[in-house]
Amino acid sequence: MTLDRRTLLELAGPIALVVIAGLLCLTVSRTIEIYFLLAIISVAIVTSISVFVGNSGVLSFGQISFVAVGAFSSGVLTIPVESKAGVLPALFPLLRDHTLGNVPSLALAAAVGAVLALVLGLPLMRLSGLAAGIATFAVLMITHNLLREWEKIGPGATTLALIPETTGWLQATVGTVLVIVVAFVYRHSRPGRMLCASREDAAAAAAAGINVHRQRLFAFTLSGALGGLAGGLYVHMLGSITADQVFLDLTFLTLAMLVVGGASSLWGAVIGALLVSGLSSFLSESESGIDLGFRFHLPEGSRLVILGAVMAAVLILRPSGISGGREFSLDGAGRLVGRLVGLHTSKGGSR
Amino acid sequence: MSALVPHLVGAIGAQTIIDAIGQGSIYALMAVGIGLVFGVLRLVNFAYGQLIMAGAYALAYSSQAGWPVWVGIVVCFAVVLALSLGMERAVFRPLRSQSPAVMLIATFAIAFTLQAAALLIDVRDGQIGQPAASIASLNRAIVVGGVDVRKVTIVAVAVAIGALALLAAILGRTRIGLQMRAASSDFLTARMIGVRANTVITVAVLLAGALAAAVAVILTIQSPLVTPDFALIDTVVVLVGVVVGGIDRLWTATLGGFTIGFAQGVINGALPTDKTVFLPSIVFALVVVVLIVKPAGLFVRGRSSVIDRV
Repeated sequence: MTLDRRTLLELAGPIALVVIAGLLCLTVSRTIEIYFLLAIISVAIVTSISVFVGNSGVLSFGQISFVAVGAFSSGVLTIPVESKAGVLPALFPLLRDHTLGNVPSLALAAAVGAVLALVLGLPLMRLSGLAAGIATFAVLMITHNLLREWEKIGPGATTLALIPETTGWLQATVGTVLVIVVAFVYRHSRPGRMLCASREDAAAAAAAGINVHRQRLFAFTLSGALGGLAGGLYVHMLGSITADQVFLDLTFLTLAMLVVGGASSLWGAVIGALLVSGLSSFLSESESGIDLGFRFHLPEGSRLVILGAVMAAVLILRPSGISGGREFSLDGAGRLVGRLVGLHTSKGGSR
Repeated sequence: MSALVPHLVGAIGAQTIIDAIGQGSIYALMAVGIGLVFGVLRLVNFAYGQLIMAGAYALAYSSQAGWPVWVGIVVCFAVVLALSLGMERAVFRPLRSQSPAVMLIATFAIAFTLQAAALLIDVRDGQIGQPAASIASLNRAIVVGGVDVRKVTIVAVAVAIGALALLAAILGRTRIGLQMRAASSDFLTARMIGVRANTVITVAVLLAGALAAAVAVILTIQSPLVTPDFALIDTVVVLVGVVVGGIDRLWTATLGGFTIGFAQGVINGALPTDKTVFLPSIVFALVVVVLIVKPAGLFVRGRSSVIDRV
């Protein structure tokens, strides 16, 4: 793994954005802070998805399963034992009688996500294309069904509540930066490069001696671990969760963030997550009316219509995403600034 | 095998089998709609369910306006066909050359937008859900040999058989049908020998839209309360069924849609009542197993190339 200045800069861009968002949490009211925290955690979730989907080119609808499992395992195990016997009487004794601290519960969330991804990935990673998309989707449906109905492992159809709200700006930022760094290191490592080669041409990669199944399985497991961690961060921010909150809507929203940003780069995943979350927060505030020099007030429920329409428009007008699949670079930033102020810089491209 | 059938019917119950056939027929209709568009565009249309939802709202609002049933059905077809055409022009056409993943996510976004828009329209009267009362009378049951057969089940099976026969005639006997078959087996070559892409795609989208409208009518009879997520889960299940059956060919896709509806009904009937909440887990676990064993499709003979192309 070689790290020259330009490569390190690719990492600095995403981290800088997340840290700025984290620090902004300190300057705003509690209601606005939640929007920032949600945006930062979206970055973690979308980055975890991009580790598999972005690098392998295989579409997976199942990654939110790992977020869900991480959220529920971390949540169930941090509720104090004395309240658990009352609210979740049907739990397995192992889950009912033990409570973990904050950091161990996050580590556990990552571990559970990884193990689940490894076990599921062993057969599933033999598939590609539509069959892979549908099989991973089936996994999401099964996860949701079990989390929602099986009262031995969770709250069933009710809300899992009383979870310690430990994810403030610090935990969200540190956790998300960790996810970004792991994703970055993986992408530039030997296995990451081999997987990217298989994305461009699976047959040629296999001919060059790459075991595509093994590389995909590795990325899937890593993605499961990061997704589980993101789920742990998420549940400790919310304080309560239902199985429906980590299901179809979140799957759609995070995949759209990934594609809007540009699926094949880390920078794309990060700006996609931040921009879509930002737009969503802005619209949701506008529904209760905000002051933009004039009174800006949207009808109740219009947030989702506008959000969906904007995402569809970006996909139609710029299918390779806002980042165009490129990583963050000063040249790119310079070109963007140049375009904004109307200067024409050389069209040489950054690479 | 033939001795097994009465035995199986005895074990599960004729009622379950009848209901499962009804469900399978509706899913087969939806599968044809999804398969037709996939054939010519290589596009998995996730927003197909929202076409059905829009048709169902058209029926609900027509019935609330006091219009006769046939007017409601005409309005339903008009709304769904117009929306299908709009979707084709605004979304499918600009994305035609994009990767299947981008197209799929784009139809996801459209589905999401339409559902949110429906909610916006629906809650104007202060509550979610609009009843479509006037056609609900078809939901009554008639008793045949000790088994309750709802009239709508008969309608569903009849419509499915009729629509499939009509479609087979169009595809097999007409010029445009021939062009559609050519386009779905190799679009580029078909265009080179003079098949007009836009015509073929428009016809496929309209046929799929007509099927969606028919499904909207049948589903509204079955469950008259129309909500923004109407037919959403059904569409998801059918999409899965279509891929499991083999999306590359219309007949395997249709059979896949029927099979998953039928299997769902039979498994539901066979499960003890307190375990039926786990029905999705069982059905989708079976789906995963089938996909791993036969990734190209359950009813596809030999190895198809669909997994490489998409």
